[in-house]
Amino acid sequence: MSNQTQPQRSMRSLLTKLFLVPIMMFGFGYLMVPLYDIFCDVTGLNGKTGAISEAKASQMVVNTEREIKIQFTSNINQNGSWEFRPAQSIMTVHPGKPYTTTFYARNKLNEAVTSQSIPSVTPNKAAAHFDKMECFCFTEQKFAALEEREMPVTFVVGTAVPEEVDTITLAYTLFTKK
Amino acid sequence: MNAQAVEHVDHDDHHHGPAKGWMRWLTTTNHKDIGSLYLWFSLIMFFIGGIMALVIRAELFQPGLQLVDPGFFNQMTTMHALVMIFLALMPAFVGLANWMIPIMIGAPDMALPRMNNWSFWILPFASIMLLSTLFVDGGAPAGGWTMYPPLVLQTGAAFPMLIFAVHLLGISSIMGSINIIATIMNMRAPGMTYMKMPLFVWTWFITAYLLIATMPVLAGAVTMLLTDKYFATSFFSAAGGGDPVMFQHIFWFFGHPEVYILILPAFGIVSQIIPTFARKQLFGYSSMVYATASIAFLSFIVWAHHMFTVGLPVSAELFFMFATMLIAVPTGVKVFNWVSTMWKGSMTFETPMLFSIGFVIMFTIGGFSGLMLALTPVDFQYHDTYFVVAHFHYVLVPGAIFSVMAAAYYWLPKWTGHMYDEKLGKFHFWMSTIFVNILFFPQHFVGLAGMPRRIPDYAVQFADFNAISSIGAFGFGLSQLLFAYIMIKAVRSGKKATDQVWDGAEGLEWTLSSPPPYHSFSTQPIVK
Repeated sequence: MSNQTQPQRSMRSLLTKLFLVPIMMFGFGYLMVPLYDIFCDVTGLNGKTGAISEAKASQMVVNTEREIKIQFTSNINQNGSWEFRPAQSIMTVHPGKPYTTTFYARNKLNEAVTSQSIPSVTPNKAAAHFDKMECFCFTEQKFAALEEREMPVTFVVGTAVPEEVDTITLAYTLFTKK
Repeated sequence: MNAQAVEHVDHDDHHHGPAKGWMRWLTTTNHKDIGSLYLWFSLIMFFIGGIMALVIRAELFQPGLQLVDPGFFNQMTTMHALVMIFLALMPAFVGLANWMIPIMIGAPDMALPRMNNWSFWILPFASIMLLSTLFVDGGAPAGGWTMYPPLVLQTGAAFPMLIFAVHLLGISSIMGSINIIATIMNMRAPGMTYMKMPLFVWTWFITAYLLIATMPVLAGAVTMLLTDKYFATSFFSAAGGGDPVMFQHIFWFFGHPEVYILILPAFGIVSQIIPTFARKQLFGYSSMVYATASIAFLSFIVWAHHMFTVGLPVSAELFFMFATMLIAVPTGVKVFNWVSTMWKGSMTFETPMLFSIGFVIMFTIGGFSGLMLALTPVDFQYHDTYFVVAHFHYVLVPGAIFSVMAAAYYWLPKWTGHMYDEKLGKFHFWMSTIFVNILFFPQHFVGLAGMPRRIPDYAVQFADFNAISSIGAFGFGLSQLLFAYIMIKAVRSGKKATDQVWDGAEGLEWTLSSPPPYHSFSTQPIVK
């Protein structure tokens, strides 16, 4: 190394820096994945909802003054063959009080299939205040051939949900896992 | 061309001519050879991408399905974009950088000549990999050049070939960019301070930084697609907790700087040519440099304006709308500077100047439609219509491609020592300009009326404008055969060019002979 001239050495250090940039930016591309998740969790964008323990939910003060309409909808992704619908499509709730409802699913195929449901809450500003204690979406649901089942979800709408929210929509999309 | 170079250096013992035979081109580390390779490669790819465009326009000549089936039509739109962006336009700019940057800053060659050879020779392999997808099971990629999942995951055997071609192209341009930055930072002649560098060098300097910062992000995004399809990851699969919209964020974090990668070198070229033929100094040199840097910076914070309709919150829509509109300020500075340079100049209208003036006018039309698209509320209507197609083709065809042609006419006499045929050059300019407007202007109208893009068939009310557009496309395509003819004719039998070539031209490259010796500036010139 000592026989290198000054310009050679400065070229070498410049190149090291320059090659580091693309390597770091490649990593940054991957870093965007967790950053995106954190961003969505914090802002409630993307309809991401939170999970809450039953003990914590029971400590909430029920606000019987307020009524919020909850709408349930269901979608089926392209693969598989399913019947999938909410047991009741509208429910009126008080903030702070836990409620349970069910979704009905039937595997129309003559073979065992695993499903995964993904929830989404609109409007975004309500998503951060919509928490679930129990949900069929927390885990994969295995269905035997032609099996049908009612799947429960227990949720609570936080008391801090913004004043202007009077309707919240909870949508589930059912995916077939390979 | 190479005979000329040899003849010229014969009298000088310190200079060696190029090696003999075809191996010269495979093993060359000479920036002029590599520049020429890039430029010829890009011309060939320009015609291949052009044929794909003509397949699209032929199908769209009439409503209904006539010539190709919809699947193949989708392959054509996807491949046309990939070929034109990654195989035609980017290599053309890199070729110009290779030829011009060393002789503009008084350097004997690029900083890393061997890596330079690699940067180029990756390209033919990447392009063969990409183009051969047309013949594999399931056909070429057909989900659009933006490669949005989940659609792109349905691609057949072409899928991994697409991903690896993108990887290779990325590696090629990253190596090329590192080379350019190292050359500019370390190899300027004494006295060539940063603020004395020609604007083409400046714009490429900034472009190279954009490339090394964003190409790896694209590489990461397509790698995630690859592992999603073959290795059961769920980056973009909602069933596994991922999100397809995240791909759009990552893609456009690369994609928006990429569109400036395609236009900043064009700004540089035009900033070289207009002062020459206006016989005036460039108006506002330092504001040009700062405007270029501002555009590059802003390009990193506007990506979501490609995604106004995915369901962003209002605050994000507003932020991206205003940030996008802000880009009009430095771009406007540039346009006004070019116009001010021409103001009261002793202008002549040789072919490079015609292409440059055409660039300024038609690029600005594309800039204005870009401002319209930047407005979130109206973008909800324009999104994914032909208005968008008209917008980006105005900035890329009579914008970026016209600048490459201007550069070819402007510097070809320097490269080869031969003048092109001025009459034919002017004829080529007027044919191109008339037809490019017949081609793209009506697309504004069908777009505003609601015709969606990437569709092989359309409602009958769009028939007339589409027929006009297709006529323009074939006229424009044929005019480019003239371009190839003019270039080849000039190389083979053009009349001798002087060293100065253009009487208003200034800069180190014009102090060299035409053609320049195979090894130039072995002794550094002093810039005062």
